[in-house]
Amino acid sequence: MAKIKTYEEINKKLKQGEAVILTAEEVTRLAQHASPSEIAEKVDVVTTATFGAMCSSGAIINFGHASPPIRMEKIRLNGVPCYEGLAAVDSYIGATACDPENPTYGGAHVIQDLLEGKDVLLEAWGKGTDCYPRKYIRTKINIKTINEFTLFNPRNAYQNYDVAVNTTKRMIHTYMGTLLPNLRNATYSTSGELSPLINDPELRTIGIGTRIFLGGAQGFVIWNGTQFNTSLPKNESGIPVTSAATIAVIGNLKEMSPEYLQAVYYEKYGVSMFIGIGIPIPVLDEDMAQRVSIANSRIETSVLDYGTEGTPVLAQVSYEQLQSGFIKVQGTKIRTAPVSSLAKARKIAQELKEWLQKGAFEISRPVQLFPKNTSLNDLKETEAVDD
Amino acid sequence: MIKRRYILNFPPESGDKPLSYHLVRDYDIRINILKAEVYPGKRGSLLLELQGKKENIEKGIKYLTNHNVVCDPLEKRIHFQEERCIDCGNCTAVCFAGALTMNRETWKLEFDKNKCVVCELCIPACPLHLFEIDFS
Repeated sequence: MAKIKTYEEINKKLKQGEAVILTAEEVTRLAQHASPSEIAEKVDVVTTATFGAMCSSGAIINFGHASPPIRMEKIRLNGVPCYEGLAAVDSYIGATACDPENPTYGGAHVIQDLLEGKDVLLEAWGKGTDCYPRKYIRTKINIKTINEFTLFNPRNAYQNYDVAVNTTKRMIHTYMGTLLPNLRNATYSTSGELSPLINDPELRTIGIGTRIFLGGAQGFVIWNGTQFNTSLPKNESGIPVTSAATIAVIGNLKEMSPEYLQAVYYEKYGVSMFIGIGIPIPVLDEDMAQRVSIANSRIETSVLDYGTEGTPVLAQVSYEQLQSGFIKVQGTKIRTAPVSSLAKARKIAQELKEWLQKGAFEISRPVQLFPKNTSLNDLKETEAVDD
Repeated sequence: MIKRRYILNFPPESGDKPLSYHLVRDYDIRINILKAEVYPGKRGSLLLELQGKKENIEKGIKYLTNHNVVCDPLEKRIHFQEERCIDCGNCTAVCFAGALTMNRETWKLEFDKNKCVVCELCIPACPLHLFEIDFS
């Protein structure tokens, strides 16, 4: 039985440049000829990563006060509506927000423009008060003129995600991409064995306060994500076979890079944002060593029919099958395609590994673990009118 | 023998000439029409795969050009901003022709323009809108 390592011991090794750090893909390959006990002995930290569209994302912005000052009660950035229900010059711009007249440019694009150093047009209206007499302002802002520019994402990095197919006769446009009719393609979204929450299925090391790679900078897990669900069925490897746990994350956008954040527009769906997230997982003991070593062949997910109401489950497949290019559903061979970038996820896992190797990144014990036994409510209609 | 895909744009006055017949008979070229848009009296566009000897294909293209047909190799009409691509794979989901595929080792996008059939499904499917195809 390998001994149990503490966060402090691992951080000491990281500082001294003596820690052994592998990406989740590398440790999975190592596990082909090394036991969990040997891995727990040898490996200190495993880096995981994902780069995919995460709609529940956005930025907190403080614009600074103008003279005379204004209490911003309606705010537009490049025409995109921002939240106005905070203090005078605080706002939150959601990644998916947009002006219905210009649906292809949204909050994610505003965040990206600011991140790239571009000027963005701010327009704001207020009723005028004794302390905030101004009623209208129109001015250009950029990343240097604003005060706080904080990425705050209520739901990111889903632990597993369902595969999308379409059994109907018509092509449909979804956030899982364009789904051809009659089961002619299948799209999947996680990085499989490299995916952060899949490598810590019981969330033993990822919790409130976990330091992470977020958009090219250091960020933090600050809460469980919305729609956090720990009550879903798991497979033999102990990994949920559908979209389960999530995380809420925060980080300083002024330190981030456009390389790891990307605004996107999905045809007939809307705007979203690709977010680059990397999470280091400390190999504390044999159990964690076993968890981080689980290969794509032992990670499964559900295939859902996005063309039918209620998105019925049609099959269960492994990431090994998904990444092979074909899956079989109801006797039909279907071509698969990813909709999140494994190439970029690998780059993030590698970069996080380098940060750790340089001693530039400390791993952190969660201040508090996530809740257990959570499940979700559906939205019931209490005011429905009978036809 | 080589195989080449071309986009041909016909002027309004060429509608009544059996140009493709001459490609087959005079230049011994096997043709395969992959896509056609014909608006009589206005214009016509064709995606044509030509298979034959290199010099015959060159002569055939010259023959068409002499008849005021604009001929461009397909790859010249496909514009893809590769440097901005994030390798997400969305375009490969719709590319039933197999021109856009993910490399199973690197998971980078690979684009074999010579397999493109100009279905144009990749244009809206790319969430960064990196594809443009000039067909007609």
